[in-house]
Amino acid sequence: MRTLVFTIFLLGIVIVGYGQQCSLTLQGTVKDFHDNSYLEGATIVVVATNQYAVTDKNGFYKLENLCPGSIEVEISHISCNTLLQEIELVEDSTKNFNLEHHFEELKEVKVIGDAVHDKTNSGQEASITTSNLEENSAGNLGDILKNISGITTLNTGATISKPAIHGLNGSRVLILNDGVRMQDMEWGDEHAPNVDPNSVGNIRIIKGASALQYGGDAIGGVIVMDQNNYFNKDTLYGKTIVNGITNGRGGNITSTLTKVFENHWHINVNGSYKKLGDQEAPDYILSNTGVQEYGLSFDFGKHGYKQGFNAKYSYFNTEIGILRASHIGSVDDLILAINSDTPLVINDFTHDINNPRQKVNHHLAKLEYYKRFKNLGKIRLQYDFQLNNRKEFDIRRGENADRASVDLELTTHTAGLDIEWINWGKFSLQSGVMGRYQKNFPDPSTQVRRLIPDYKKYDAGLFNILTYNANDNWTLDAGFRYDFSHIDADKFYITTRWEQQGYDEEFGDWVVEDLGNQLLTNPKFDFHNISTTIGAKYAPSNFDSFKVNYALAQRAPNPSELFSDGLHHSASRIELGDLRIKSETSHKIAISKEHDYNHWGYAFEPYYNFINDFILLEPSGVEFTTRGAFPVWSYRQTNLSMFGLDVSTYANWSSKIRTNHLFSIVKAKDTQKDGPVVNIPSARTTNSISYKIEQLNNLELKISSNLVFRQNETPENISVYSPRQDQEVELDINTAPDTYHLLNFSSKIQFKLSDKTRLTTSFMVNNILDTSYRDYLNRQRYFADDLGRNFLLQLKLNY
Amino acid sequence: MKTIKFLSVLASTAFFLACSDDNDTPEVINEEETITTMNITLTPEGGGDVITFTSVDLDGDGPNPPVVSAPNLAGNTTYMGTIEILNESEEEPEDITEEIKEEDEEHQLIYEIGGALDSVTVTDSDGNGDPLGLEFTLVTLTAGEASLNIYLKHEPTKPNNGTFEGSGGENEFTAEFDFIVAD
Repeated sequence: MRTLVFTIFLLGIVIVGYGQQCSLTLQGTVKDFHDNSYLEGATIVVVATNQYAVTDKNGFYKLENLCPGSIEVEISHISCNTLLQEIELVEDSTKNFNLEHHFEELKEVKVIGDAVHDKTNSGQEASITTSNLEENSAGNLGDILKNISGITTLNTGATISKPAIHGLNGSRVLILNDGVRMQDMEWGDEHAPNVDPNSVGNIRIIKGASALQYGGDAIGGVIVMDQNNYFNKDTLYGKTIVNGITNGRGGNITSTLTKVFENHWHINVNGSYKKLGDQEAPDYILSNTGVQEYGLSFDFGKHGYKQGFNAKYSYFNTEIGILRASHIGSVDDLILAINSDTPLVINDFTHDINNPRQKVNHHLAKLEYYKRFKNLGKIRLQYDFQLNNRKEFDIRRGENADRASVDLELTTHTAGLDIEWINWGKFSLQSGVMGRYQKNFPDPSTQVRRLIPDYKKYDAGLFNILTYNANDNWTLDAGFRYDFSHIDADKFYITTRWEQQGYDEEFGDWVVEDLGNQLLTNPKFDFHNISTTIGAKYAPSNFDSFKVNYALAQRAPNPSELFSDGLHHSASRIELGDLRIKSETSHKIAISKEHDYNHWGYAFEPYYNFINDFILLEPSGVEFTTRGAFPVWSYRQTNLSMFGLDVSTYANWSSKIRTNHLFSIVKAKDTQKDGPVVNIPSARTTNSISYKIEQLNNLELKISSNLVFRQNETPENISVYSPRQDQEVELDINTAPDTYHLLNFSSKIQFKLSDKTRLTTSFMVNNILDTSYRDYLNRQRYFADDLGRNFLLQLKLNY
Repeated sequence: MKTIKFLSVLASTAFFLACSDDNDTPEVINEEETITTMNITLTPEGGGDVITFTSVDLDGDGPNPPVVSAPNLAGNTTYMGTIEILNESEEEPEDITEEIKEEDEEHQLIYEIGGALDSVTVTDSDGNGDPLGLEFTLVTLTAGEASLNIYLKHEPTKPNNGTFEGSGGENEFTAEFDFIVAD
């Protein structure tokens, strides 16, 4: 590994280039998009060379001594979104720019750039800004992302929330935390992402696999969490947000402090802590649903235009109680629980977290270096290290009562290099290579057979993304990525299971040792995956665009899909992976039409996704064990066709009143079985109206309505033999709960405490009407209602 | 082009470096908590043949179903029953009965009868005086088919009404015996 990093550094040094004659001039004006006024003090920087100009009071700028060819300019202004623009320079030119104001940034805070750039040319994208993040700082990543049309979550209770993009979740959704692809055992339905959303500045979501630079297997999409840009100004600033939460009787606090030096250096520290006790449904306490979480991150670096580096360490620790009533001993318990209207265990409120519970921590360290070479482009090197430890505590007997049932340690090293080549005429190219080593160690001291075996995994990938700026309006893109994975596992199989699955005939060579009841085996796999994307963007202006994109993506099976074997208590089922599972292949066509008029705007985004050899987990039978009968869920591969539509619109009815409307729907079909697919989100719409009075300390009042329709297309229920009832009983596990509607309220007001200090207080009420509801995508819907009314009081201090 | 060459060298270097890792064998786990076996000794009151019921599932959570043996019982007879619970998946079988006795307040055996059985009554109790269920009496009726289901509950609600629903907790072990009550 060390040699690898060294080699990459060597490579970075080897590549140098020389210039040509540079005497061209670029000039023009910068205007405010909203009122067409000229902006004074806007900076126009040629990204590759660090040449820059500042606009005068007439918004005029002039850059001289530029080289011919394609250049990238960054236009920035205090309190405006930074704009990045490619310009083809052949002769002396005039170019005018329009900048858009931030919705919320105040003029006092001159240091944070909130620019969220597109990650792809033609893919469907959406973003969450700092202010969105702050409003939701009491929630988890899933809660925040739900504000985007087309994003839903797969939940286990209220605290474990996995984001799903266009109905796909888990290993099909990549999460990039500050440039690092999270390796946090995303394969489990009840494994929430181990990231602290309070530690990032903005989030960009790519719906689909078109962002090949992050990975080729993002069949669902990519969630890119980034830090905000640092301005080159000598300052010290920070913010603290405190939330008090009634439902769960707790709260959280998060603080960030940033020091920026004039010479491009910066240091940034962030910490957060959250504590909630048992949460409550409208009619009862959800016993053992408390959560305790803390995160810490530290980074420093130097961000020049020509070169820079960044070193970062972050730690995230979470302990989550699992609803006591959802811990199940056998299929008869499950029948009992499903038939009962209220949870079978309701205790008094407590802040304590008891078994069953999860305790997870995640370390992340990153080193990044970039340098721009005049005739080559920008080269970026990155090494990152992640250590994820997950402990799951069940209810156990005797001396094992305090022992974890699952104790997995996943270590990942990744090194990567990517190059943004300088433009060749109208072409620009981004290339990269990546190598990754991963090791999973399940601690045998659990005294429970390993859910996921010991394994080592080696990945290598390379990609190229080519963009062609046909003219001012049209941009075409094409990308290609190849990924190789090798898995080498050591796994114990119960001998009878090995034989029942037919592995003894097919994989007999993998048996290392016969221990009587169990076999030690050494499964090895190689996967070669290819991903490509091709698309076009037509953008007659900055505020109007039409995009079409086709992406082909392949995903290798994850360890759970290959190796699962055994009783999963939290789901009351036996889950069986399959060593024969191959990669799945997705073909997705996505179109997006966006327009921002002066007073209203919309985004209309239909898509069609066909997935070959889609890997899914579904009921396949029943097995009898000494604990009773259990439904068996097996991983199977089938073909899937999905069609969906995301729509979002907004309107500014006056300077004070604004409405927002989101709608999304997705239809999925198992084309082999010609039937519905499990866990597909139902149609839903969110509508909100907000009223803002700027004169009155930026007072903002907002009411939003959240309507989630019933999922009518679910697979059939399964029937199992109940030993107690001595007959086949229909297990009502697929029927979806009814349509529900929630009303939420929020208000916000800002106070200027001093020149540099500003206090924002927010008051929010979620589920105002205290509606009892259950959600189809919550795995605990069999056992209990979802959360009741919740009051939140937030204080935010910027200093 | 030189760069491309470099990159391919780099990728292969990474690959070979990574593959040279050593390979250590993980240790096997034999779950202590697995319950494989329930043996019931049924002694008729006033003398007669002692009958043994067994339910054994040596592969635990593996695919094979439990093997059940339940010979005929005599009609109109009261049997004194004692239960033995074992983990026989290990080389030296472990007696789980002892563990249950030690944690008697956290355990309970629940009985359900059907067919030609008159009653089942738990005769032992835990430290709080609530029923435990390792000992019981079973009264048969006249000839016919009969069924006896026994569930071992962990952390049941105590005291309770002795039914599966009423006792709550987790079901750790299920044994179902279908047999004949002979004349």
